[in-house]
Amino acid sequence: AAGLSAMARRSSEDTGTVKAPESRRQRKKRSKENKTRTVHANLLYDAANKGEENPNRHYANNKIKTTKYTVLSFLPKNLFEQFHRFANVYFVFIALLNFVPVVNAFQPELALAPVVFILSVTAIKDLWEDYRRHRSDKEINHMDCLVFTERRYVEKYWKEVRVGDFIRLRCNEILPADVLLLSSSDPDRLCHIETATLDGETNLKQRQVVRSFFDLYNSIIECEKPNNDLNRFRGYIIHRSGRRDALYKENLLLRGCTIRNTEEAVGIVIYAGHETKAMLNNNGPRYKRSKLERQMNVDVFWCVVILLVLCLFAAIGHGLWMFQYGDKRPVFDVLSPEGTDLSPIMSAIYLFLTMIIVFQVLIPISLFVSIEIVKICQVYFIHQDMDLYDEETDSHLQCRALNITEDLGQMQYIFSDKTGTLTENKMVFRRCTVAGVEYSHDANAKRLAMYQEMDSEEEECTSHGGTLPRRDSVTSHQSARVVLRSQSTKSHRRTGSRAEAKREKDITPDPKLLDKVNDCSSQMDFMRFHSQPMSQLPSDLSDTIDFFIALTICNTVVVSSPNQPSSSSSLITNRSSNKGCSSLLSSPSAESTLTKLHEERSCGGLENAFSPVPPSYDGKASWNIEEGELRYEAESPDEAALVYAARAYKCSLVGRLPDQVTVELPHLGKLSFELLHTLGFDSTRKRMSVVVRHPLTDQITVYTKGADSVIMDLIKPPNTGRKLQKKIVCRTQNYLNLYAADGLRTLCIAKKILSQEEYACWLQRHLEAETAIQGREQLLFESALRLETNLQLLGATGIEDRLQDGVPETIASLRKAGLQIWVLTGDKQETAVNIAYACKLLDPEEEILTLNADSQVTSRVQNLVDQNQTTKAFHSSFAPFDLHPSSSLSSSSSHAAPFLVHRLGLVIDGRTLAYALDKSLEDKFLAVARSCRSVLCCRSTPLQKSMVVKLVRNKLKVMTLAIGDGANDVSMIQVADVGVGISGQEGMQAVMASDFALPRFRYLQKLLLVHGHWCYSRLANMILYFFYKNAMFVALIFWFQFYCGFSGSAMIDQWYLIFFNLMFSAFPQLITGTLDKDVSAETLQHLPQLYVNGQNSEEYKPYMFWMNMIDAFYQSLMCFFIPYFAYADSDMDLFTWGTPITTLALFTILLHLGIETKTWTWMNWLSIAFSIALFFTVALCYNASCPTCYSPSNPYWTMQRLLQDPLFYLLCIITPVAALLPRYFYRACQGTLFPSPVQVGRQLDKLPADTRRNILSLTRVKVGSPLSPKPPFLSLSKASPKGCNKNDQRSISGSKTLEATQGQADEEEDRSCLSGPTDSEMHLSDLYTLVPSEIDTLPYTKDAPQPAGELQPPSTEVSECLDKTLEPSDVSLSSWITSTPLLTPADSVQLNLLPDGAPQCVRYSRNSEDRLKPDHAVHPAHRTEQEVEQLLHTKL
Amino acid sequence: MMASSYNAKEEDGHPSGASGHGGPGVVKSKKPDNTAFKQQRLPAWQPILTAGTVLPAFFVIGLIFIPIGIGLFVTSNNIKEFEIDYTGVDMDSPCYTCAKNSSWNNTTPCTCSVDFTLEQPFESNVFMYYGLSNFYQNHRRYVKSRDDSQLNGGRSALMEPSKECEPYRKTDGVPIAPCGAIANSLFNDTLELFHIDSNGSRNAVPLVKKGIAWWTDKHVKFRNPGGNNNLTLAFQGDFSKPVNWRKPVYELDPSDPENNGFINEDFIVWMRTAALPTFRKLYRIIQKKSSTTPTLPSGKYTLDITYNYPVLSFDGRKRMILSTISWMGGKNPFLGIAYITVGSICFFLGVVLLIIHYKYDTRNNSADIPN
Repeated sequence: AAGLSAMARRSSEDTGTVKAPESRRQRKKRSKENKTRTVHANLLYDAANKGEENPNRHYANNKIKTTKYTVLSFLPKNLFEQFHRFANVYFVFIALLNFVPVVNAFQPELALAPVVFILSVTAIKDLWEDYRRHRSDKEINHMDCLVFTERRYVEKYWKEVRVGDFIRLRCNEILPADVLLLSSSDPDRLCHIETATLDGETNLKQRQVVRSFFDLYNSIIECEKPNNDLNRFRGYIIHRSGRRDALYKENLLLRGCTIRNTEEAVGIVIYAGHETKAMLNNNGPRYKRSKLERQMNVDVFWCVVILLVLCLFAAIGHGLWMFQYGDKRPVFDVLSPEGTDLSPIMSAIYLFLTMIIVFQVLIPISLFVSIEIVKICQVYFIHQDMDLYDEETDSHLQCRALNITEDLGQMQYIFSDKTGTLTENKMVFRRCTVAGVEYSHDANAKRLAMYQEMDSEEEECTSHGGTLPRRDSVTSHQSARVVLRSQSTKSHRRTGSRAEAKREKDITPDPKLLDKVNDCSSQMDFMRFHSQPMSQLPSDLSDTIDFFIALTICNTVVVSSPNQPSSSSSLITNRSSNKGCSSLLSSPSAESTLTKLHEERSCGGLENAFSPVPPSYDGKASWNIEEGELRYEAESPDEAALVYAARAYKCSLVGRLPDQVTVELPHLGKLSFELLHTLGFDSTRKRMSVVVRHPLTDQITVYTKGADSVIMDLIKPPNTGRKLQKKIVCRTQNYLNLYAADGLRTLCIAKKILSQEEYACWLQRHLEAETAIQGREQLLFESALRLETNLQLLGATGIEDRLQDGVPETIASLRKAGLQIWVLTGDKQETAVNIAYACKLLDPEEEILTLNADSQVTSRVQNLVDQNQTTKAFHSSFAPFDLHPSSSLSSSSSHAAPFLVHRLGLVIDGRTLAYALDKSLEDKFLAVARSCRSVLCCRSTPLQKSMVVKLVRNKLKVMTLAIGDGANDVSMIQVADVGVGISGQEGMQAVMASDFALPRFRYLQKLLLVHGHWCYSRLANMILYFFYKNAMFVALIFWFQFYCGFSGSAMIDQWYLIFFNLMFSAFPQLITGTLDKDVSAETLQHLPQLYVNGQNSEEYKPYMFWMNMIDAFYQSLMCFFIPYFAYADSDMDLFTWGTPITTLALFTILLHLGIETKTWTWMNWLSIAFSIALFFTVALCYNASCPTCYSPSNPYWTMQRLLQDPLFYLLCIITPVAALLPRYFYRACQGTLFPSPVQVGRQLDKLPADTRRNILSLTRVKVGSPLSPKPPFLSLSKASPKGCNKNDQRSISGSKTLEATQGQADEEEDRSCLSGPTDSEMHLSDLYTLVPSEIDTLPYTKDAPQPAGELQPPSTEVSECLDKTLEPSDVSLSSWITSTPLLTPADSVQLNLLPDGAPQCVRYSRNSEDRLKPDHAVHPAHRTEQEVEQLLHTKL
Repeated sequence: MMASSYNAKEEDGHPSGASGHGGPGVVKSKKPDNTAFKQQRLPAWQPILTAGTVLPAFFVIGLIFIPIGIGLFVTSNNIKEFEIDYTGVDMDSPCYTCAKNSSWNNTTPCTCSVDFTLEQPFESNVFMYYGLSNFYQNHRRYVKSRDDSQLNGGRSALMEPSKECEPYRKTDGVPIAPCGAIANSLFNDTLELFHIDSNGSRNAVPLVKKGIAWWTDKHVKFRNPGGNNNLTLAFQGDFSKPVNWRKPVYELDPSDPENNGFINEDFIVWMRTAALPTFRKLYRIIQKKSSTTPTLPSGKYTLDITYNYPVLSFDGRKRMILSTISWMGGKNPFLGIAYITVGSICFFLGVVLLIIHYKYDTRNNSADIPN
């Protein structure tokens, strides 16, 4: 989430409409007539004639029906839906083929069984889901609400509510429909709602009573047709007089929201039932297809090809077989039922179809079902993982997409949002600059540090103490009445530890600034008392007070006192009891006043608006409570942080009404600012403004708060302003840079004083914009732009957003797992870069490429685009990059391998990104970005985020994961292959759009590295096994065709044939597919590079399918020919011979699974035993059941007889052994000679727990360790001398900011550099072999998990002391590594402290010298070993 | 949205903020259970396939298989088997003329006799088989062409045989009993064995024709309609004989009502369709007379054949086989050889693995881990 995220959220949805092209608007105009709906009050028509003439009768009623089926339509509709899946059609087609007598192979009814089984399982599942929907519909439809009929409110069911009804809502009731708010018990004509069910936001939102709705009988509401835009509602009331009053989304209460803090509200139903916005927004889950499934589909296609080839072969064989008999028809070649003789060609054609039926098993009918079952189990296990459970919020990981679990194991790129994802999104006010003076808030910083200690202590406590009920910790000290509220509204919120919650609210004010504020306000008080004009105040003082006023009022924070519980606020009850809502028709008094005010305002009439605090506020005990107990409900955490900060300076927000903000200032007391306008935040403007009438100066003042980049541009040009202002701007900018360098989020505060004339002029046009129905957003946007100019800078704030726990560790280990991590943030560049350093995304060791296209370059780029010289232009902007000493590496970028990771970091800002994402430049941009180790996109809009993801995904053909927490990440989350939402502070929008929702970023590590890996490897193995199993089984029948004249006969009883897959061999593979763990979770987390396994799809490569097929054919040969020869020329009958073959195939298939199973739990044993038992039980029962049935096999007593035959047992022993010998032998050899990293990981698992822990925690392991089959895998690596050289060249800041502008001159050189492919290719080839080694060596250089926040790990000592323990063999290896220009992460760990690069560099050179010496003295004895290692490396 | 959000909440286990049951105290922690199953920590055996670990298995398999193989091979070799082809393909074969003239439509039986000599005496019970080659009894349409209900004596099935029997279901509207192609192609050669004494006299070897079919077939699967008495009455009139048959089903063995009609054992044996195109079927049993004299002493024999069954049209062969059997059935050295081969291969691979193990895997075992 970007900063000011709540506001961004709003805007991200508006972007579409804001930028609505001209054409669209015209189209809208054309279709205006049918785009509106008119709503009349039902009262009129009901009374007269039973609603016959009710104009509302055509609108949908409030009964909802989300079920898909009815009793009657279920069967046809469900079948129709199921036949959308091609496989089902195929299987039904084959089953139906059996009904054609010429080609039928099986008994038609029997052949239909599996298809019917599969279809009915799915149908039952659908039915169950539909039934649940029906039940929930019924429950919802039968909820009660009060509807006004015949002069009183009557309880009615929700489903009876109609459009045009008046309904009364009480506190904590859920809205049954979209309702236009007409009256509220709240004296301020407000109604608070909680929209948690819609967007998950738990803060209260204010809704306003419609301004003028006097005459219920004659007014007509005209509004838009139902649509799904939650943030848009436009319409107007047409009065009898013809006057129109506009309606806004602030007037509309949406279905599903809950009324809070408001005793009673009355409204008229506008949209009901399925036409409500909430229901329209309710679109079903997305169906994503995982990469593995796509790959599988290719192989399913190959299976079809194999099937056709086999059938064709058999058909030709049959034709030839027929042909050889000529006219003499042998006695065993039975004529067709009609007694006609078929020509060889015709029978071949018929046979082809028959064979398709016989071989249909090759396309595994149960595959799709099994995969679904396994995935559901996988989701269950992920869901159950304790490590992914966040105790603070009592939330798990949620799997919202059920069918892409295995994609988690194949990710290559991670796109992460910053705020709220990497950071806590808990804003803490840190520093500020007012009028060019910096207040560093040292005390505050100290206090924060203290909290941090407390935090860590507390964490220790809880970790020892187990599960403490934490969720109420914040509110526990408050009154018990709050509890209910905190639970209902804060359920999604991370309440956090006590210290954390305090940290947000308690700010120790800077003494200097506090003095100044006091000083200023006392002066103002004095002046007010003496009626002096306020403009005489010294400018810095007035700036100071304005600064705090701006902080206090320029936001949308809602004040709620804890003494005002949600159920019924005593205050409101007292005041509004006289009004109530008993009579709807009595227009509340407040309404008229507001209208009056409104009219006055529109006339431009200005009267002294200074009024002391409204009398109602006085004398109320509830307002005299300690300020500390006022609670602020903010849409975004940084708004709250600023309000809390201002409160620390005694400028507290005490009340907010739609037209008035009350602020308590020191000395001055409570001041009411008349709130004229609020121009909300949007991500295009990146600022928000409020227009108020200042109670003291009586001036119309605009307070603007926004991103520094935009505000700075809007500051009044210095030549017109005072000299001082220029200085302030200059200084503030400096401090802003400083803040950003500290990783603080910066905001600028500015104000503007409008003259009456200016305001009147602006207001005129603004009102026009407000009342416009068409293109209102665009007009309002333009209106806001007109207002926010020529601002006067007041100051700037720096807010800290702490990193979440474990973020650097998670990023480090994800990166070791070979994942490319890009951070896409809306924050400003400096802040983003600093956070990136803090979370070790960027490394001081890296070169930082910064692409900042200022306007010149951009224009030039665009010019060049016109001149068809795009390439040149873009390269010119990347010139410094190419010309850098490391250019030999980076120049290969344009044709580099996809996962080439260099020690380069790319930082690009939104504006440049816009150019980079241009069609003509995107390839170049990607080429550069791909060669960088980390990429950071700042100031990017939600749209850009999704464009970047889309670009990378489509162009590089990689698997992408997007993770974010806010609404601005939604588009990115939806575009990525896997979208992950953080269920954090910013509501549930990201979660709603995501496939997986995590409580914390750090859980991503286990989700990907462990569950992703497992899911992938389990499913990949299962799919391969499936293909194998079916091919093996079908091949048995194919071999038989050679001995039955290719007649399509099968020796396997058709029952076995059909149920083999479905029953006998189904369970073990499901168990293995669900529970098998190739490597333990612990090892997977400690050796992140095992993740590469999934990224490279190593469990399931295309060739593996064919290997499996070959193995399947071999095994089936064994299973066929051993019984064949054993029973050759005997009196064995067909099915008595086929039964042992089936049995053997079953044994072989199960044993094969046994070889592939990595962990054997009792479930595996049980499932295999069960399978075998099931087969024999079924066979025995089946063979004993009916002596005359089951034509043609009629297997009466077959199995019973076989079990008495010793030969049967002898076959059962030898055949599986012979069949599985090659695979077993191959696996054994592979395990020894060239084990995959996963196998090495598995060996680690086998070691005793403490030994393993030692190995994993050790930074280095000696060669000759238990993992020696792959020494380099666990060996160490040294800093390269080249890396140090690079280090030397680094500027002190650790990152060289390369401005694109300087590139022009370097163009030629740059191009020549690029045109030397031989050189770069050479490097490339080096890199190919080396990159994995770098990845491999990473974890051993990683230290044991460190406590979060500790920036200087003890790795220096560790690595140094361990250096001494090095053995020559190590050194030989290291020499080999040092010959490459790659750095090792051992060094990067040491370098995570930012700016000071020099001392580390010294250490580096020393280290590398140390290591260079032994390089020359490679022991010959280790030569061979070294070679082997190299070999293994290249294999890797 | 409402409905779905309710659902989603339930599924996600998220508290539904709107449903109003969020009162204090009812909030239950959603912390997953810490059970071995749910946390995927079930105790497990984790075999790792490397040369070292797999090696013993190979040797053990080798050591078990080779002796079994030898045992099987010896057993198989102890079985005596004699086979004679009487198809009459060659000019000098005694059945040449019969073979040439035989066809399904022949009504006059053709007889021929084949002389042969047994080198070794057959000690125990001797099984007499007829063997056919190139006869595809496993052809898909052939296998299906029968009606088990009819063969079980079902009245209705007798009158209306199954459609599977087409085109051997009815002749001129009269149902065929037994119907279908299998029954129609019943092997109808008659074989008689004579021992030629040293003095040249022909002694008929007693051939037992009962007990050659599966007990369950004879007593459960196959049944005559209306019991075994008066089959003629049961079958006559309403039924016609299969096209290729010379005599109706109730005359298959008029001498023995327990072996006549559908429960004729030759018929039952034939109805059990062979697995492969070259097959043998049990024809008669020569029972051991006494413990002292061999069942079939060595010497000269004559096989008298009533040659009815035409096989030359499809290039088939007919054989007569005499064989003793052991616990593992007839003579078949294959399984013994297979065991020996697989055992040897396992042993050999075991050695290979041993080499691999010592060459590449040693460090694995002798490794000492730091600490």
